Amino acid sequence: MSTHHIHVTINGTAYEGDVDSRMLLVHWIRDGLQLTGTHIGCDTTSCGACTILVDGKATKSCTMFAVQANGRQIMTVEGMEQGGKLHPLQEGFHEKHALQCGYCTPGMLMAGLALLQRNPNPSEHEIRVGISGNLCRCTGYVNIVKAIQYAAEKMQDSEELSVPAQVALAREASNGD
Amino acid sequence: MATEVFKHGLGEPYKRKEDARFIRGEGKYVDDVQLKGMLYGDIVRSPYAHALIKSIDISEAMKVPGVVAVITGKDLDAAGLAWMPTLSGDTEAVLALDRVHFQMQEVAFVVATSRYAAADGAAAVEVEYEPLQVIVDPKKALDPDAPLLRPDKKDKQPTNQIYHWETGDRTGTDEAFTDAEANGIVVKQDMFIPRIHPAPIETCGCVADYNKTTAKLTVWLTSQAPHVHRTLFAIVAGLPEHRIRIISPDVGGGFGNKVPIYPGYVCAVVASLTTGKPVKWIEDRSENIASTGFARDYHIHAELAADKDGTVKALKVHTLADHGAFDAAAQPTKFPAGLFHICTGSYDFKHAFVDVDAVHTNKAPGGIAYRCSFRVTEASYLIERMMDTLAHDLGKDPAQLRLQNFIKPEAFPYRSALDWTFDSGNYEGALKLAMKNVDYEGLRREQAEKRARGELMGIGISSFTEIVGAGPGKHFDIAGIQMFDSCEVRVHPTGKILARIGVQTQGQGHETTFAQIIAAELGMSPDDVDVEHGDTDTAPYGLGTYASRSTPVAGAATALAARKVRDKAKKIAAYLLEVGEEDLEWEPGRFFVKGTPGKGKTIQELAFAAYTNCPPYLEPGLEAVNYYDPPNLTYPFGSYICVVDIDRGTGQVDIRRFMAVDDCGTIINPMIVEGQIHGGLTQGLAPALYEEVTFDEDGNILNGNFQDYLVPTAMETPNWETDRTVTPSPHHPIGAKGVGESPTVGAPQAIVNAVVDALAHLGVRHIDMPITPWKVWNILKEKGLTAD
Ligand code: FES
Ligand code: FES
Repeated sequence: MSTHHIHVTINGTAYEGDVDSRMLLVHWIRDGLQLTGTHIGCDTTSCGACTILVDGKATKSCTMFAVQANGRQIMTVEGMEQGGKLHPLQEGFHEKHALQCGYCTPGMLMAGLALLQRNPNPSEHEIRVGISGNLCRCTGYVNIVKAIQYAAEKMQDSEELSVPAQVALAREASNGD
Repeated sequence: MATEVFKHGLGEPYKRKEDARFIRGEGKYVDDVQLKGMLYGDIVRSPYAHALIKSIDISEAMKVPGVVAVITGKDLDAAGLAWMPTLSGDTEAVLALDRVHFQMQEVAFVVATSRYAAADGAAAVEVEYEPLQVIVDPKKALDPDAPLLRPDKKDKQPTNQIYHWETGDRTGTDEAFTDAEANGIVVKQDMFIPRIHPAPIETCGCVADYNKTTAKLTVWLTSQAPHVHRTLFAIVAGLPEHRIRIISPDVGGGFGNKVPIYPGYVCAVVASLTTGKPVKWIEDRSENIASTGFARDYHIHAELAADKDGTVKALKVHTLADHGAFDAAAQPTKFPAGLFHICTGSYDFKHAFVDVDAVHTNKAPGGIAYRCSFRVTEASYLIERMMDTLAHDLGKDPAQLRLQNFIKPEAFPYRSALDWTFDSGNYEGALKLAMKNVDYEGLRREQAEKRARGELMGIGISSFTEIVGAGPGKHFDIAGIQMFDSCEVRVHPTGKILARIGVQTQGQGHETTFAQIIAAELGMSPDDVDVEHGDTDTAPYGLGTYASRSTPVAGAATALAARKVRDKAKKIAAYLLEVGEEDLEWEPGRFFVKGTPGKGKTIQELAFAAYTNCPPYLEPGLEAVNYYDPPNLTYPFGSYICVVDIDRGTGQVDIRRFMAVDDCGTIINPMIVEGQIHGGLTQGLAPALYEEVTFDEDGNILNGNFQDYLVPTAMETPNWETDRTVTPSPHHPIGAKGVGESPTVGAPQAIVNAVVDALAHLGVRHIDMPITPWKVWNILKEKGLTAD
């Protein structure tokens, strides 16, 4: 098995390391870098607990090899809070009681963030579609939908909060796809 | 000031304390634990559902780079650990010795330096099997020529039947049926409640860390009952209990799945004991669904006798229960079918008789209480289906039939025909509120109009009564340990509080609600109360969180521990104010001298005095512990109304509305209660329309992963509507009853009743869950009703 030396920017910090070619990105992030906010809930790309942003796009990190992340911009849940200020989505999840055990929460936040980037003012149906790749066994989704609506409204009120800086950068970088 | 601090006491939607870490990705779940030198375990599993093991060859596996050890059943047997007790008095193979009993059964445990090496090692273990005849259908398990599936216990149990259990008044019930055959009406129905899986999004796992120097074993465990697990580890592994520490950190959902002890845990502990290194074992989702505690799997035949006017008289139920290869049901010793005999539900039956036969098959072991107090879900489903069937056969409105037969509010405490004492209830209050909220009469008119146009719309009701909060300890136990629970309250000198509870949270929000209970008792802000749980070295002994028992049992212990603190604070107040205790009055947050409100001491001042100026005749300090053994269970209830539309082209069921009126007694935090109801309803929707663990005739599991096992997403889940009535429990210190499982227990039959109601005019009487579009479409086709 070959190993590869990779460079990845995660939440604005540059990381590098040697990874086996078969190492899943989620294992490298969790076990290798100890960023354990990203979770694992299945082995069939079904649950979304592992959702992160890769170059601004919601991606299931259990379904990508670490080596494929070489040279890319990644954002995980740990990157949402900026300068001691919670992201409106994080705030919304707390305000609207959109989490119980918290296990799906990081993936939901990431899916929500990707959705609001594409569509800053989604309808309830669009939110449901936007998180349909993420399973939650605790909340019944009603409050997750409300939390995302809360964030959408809040982000429209205050533009500068809309997306953390590195995601905005990544979005520019990946313009065109 | 008092009103200000009391703002976040009982009944307030106080925001959750635990959210702060979860929304930042700082929760600490078992798989997040990383220790120096940690090894990883992976399990070799059987591809066959029933086979003899001819040989196990580990030589190739040992050559895989990174593999440190391979443990087989024989190795465990040498240490006396090849078998472990289940929660139902059976024994279960930790690693199979000479025979496998279900597909995915644990055969060997590979320990390696990484997850990947452990998986490589597991793939390299060569096992030779000789397949045997497989029994999948529990009805066939009792055939005289069926193979004996558990020869290991043939002396105790010579057939595949695990037990026969019965309760109730057989003679009186039979007489009532004879009478109803002649003068009234008897309705009969077979129904199957399929095997489902709790499937919390975090699977099961552990990190076992044995320290040779201190001879102490620490296990981070996905555990809903850490103290019980500690005791079982002590008994099974023969380790001194004070040298075992179980830490159940943040747990990503439990729902009953994390009550049993699984072979992987035992193997990880053995591997750590032998290697002297920490060993992590985390199962995959496929392993979780295919091998850990399933729920339900009840084949029910029910009969109901009533007068011609619909007044119910007697209920008779026979059940065949499929427990799989090992009887790993999580049930109290006294009640092998759990609380199934709550099946007379919300109705005033004079007679009832229930029997249950449980059998082994070649399927994964279990029979756990999935968001359910031990078979209440099965019981509630059957009675609510039977009430609808009776209404249908009599041509009566199902709501009217229920109102006619409810136990009346003035009849509580009510002794049921099967010997439960219901604490309190107002069933018609809940149903009438639900009917008003949905405009029931209007819906029925709409349905009639639609029917005339050939459209399919149904309205389903479920007026369930729950039974939760086990103990009392004299009736309920886990593996012999009585079901009490506990709380310890420590008030620091500056009046801030650390409380520790014997139950454990998997998302229920105990760090918030238990702080609110204490805050309400002592008249302070819950911000000043921190609640810890899940670490057996620090928390008082408790039986754990399942069966909606945290609030009824540990919640009571918490209120009573806080009251002990208050009682001592009163003594200190009397000393400081130089009056008798009887001269003091309490208002939230302070004691004051009767008639002189200006002369008083706050709870914070009294806490400080407990450490700085304590009366000489009292022990210093301000702490209290309470172990609470409840005098009775609590009986939450509710009425749900579900409205469905059925697509004649596809057979798809669309839940247009779902109104849930719940009554869980006194509410501690309405926001958390509503969240519990939303989640529970979704876990009731799941079996009704989507989930079922299925097998082919060779015992191969057909949907052991999240691709095929259909956990509802946001797309399938409707916008739940909730409302409430409040009927406090008379015997609980704060009147709370518990709510977590009510919606999961109450919802499936509301949905099934709605679908059957939509098709009732076509002669449809019953459809087994899950009601898939395929099932509905076939019915429509048979009736010539499919739209093109
Ligand atoms: S872990 Fe389930 S989708 Fe990635
Ligand atoms: S909060 Fe538990 S899985 Fe979503």
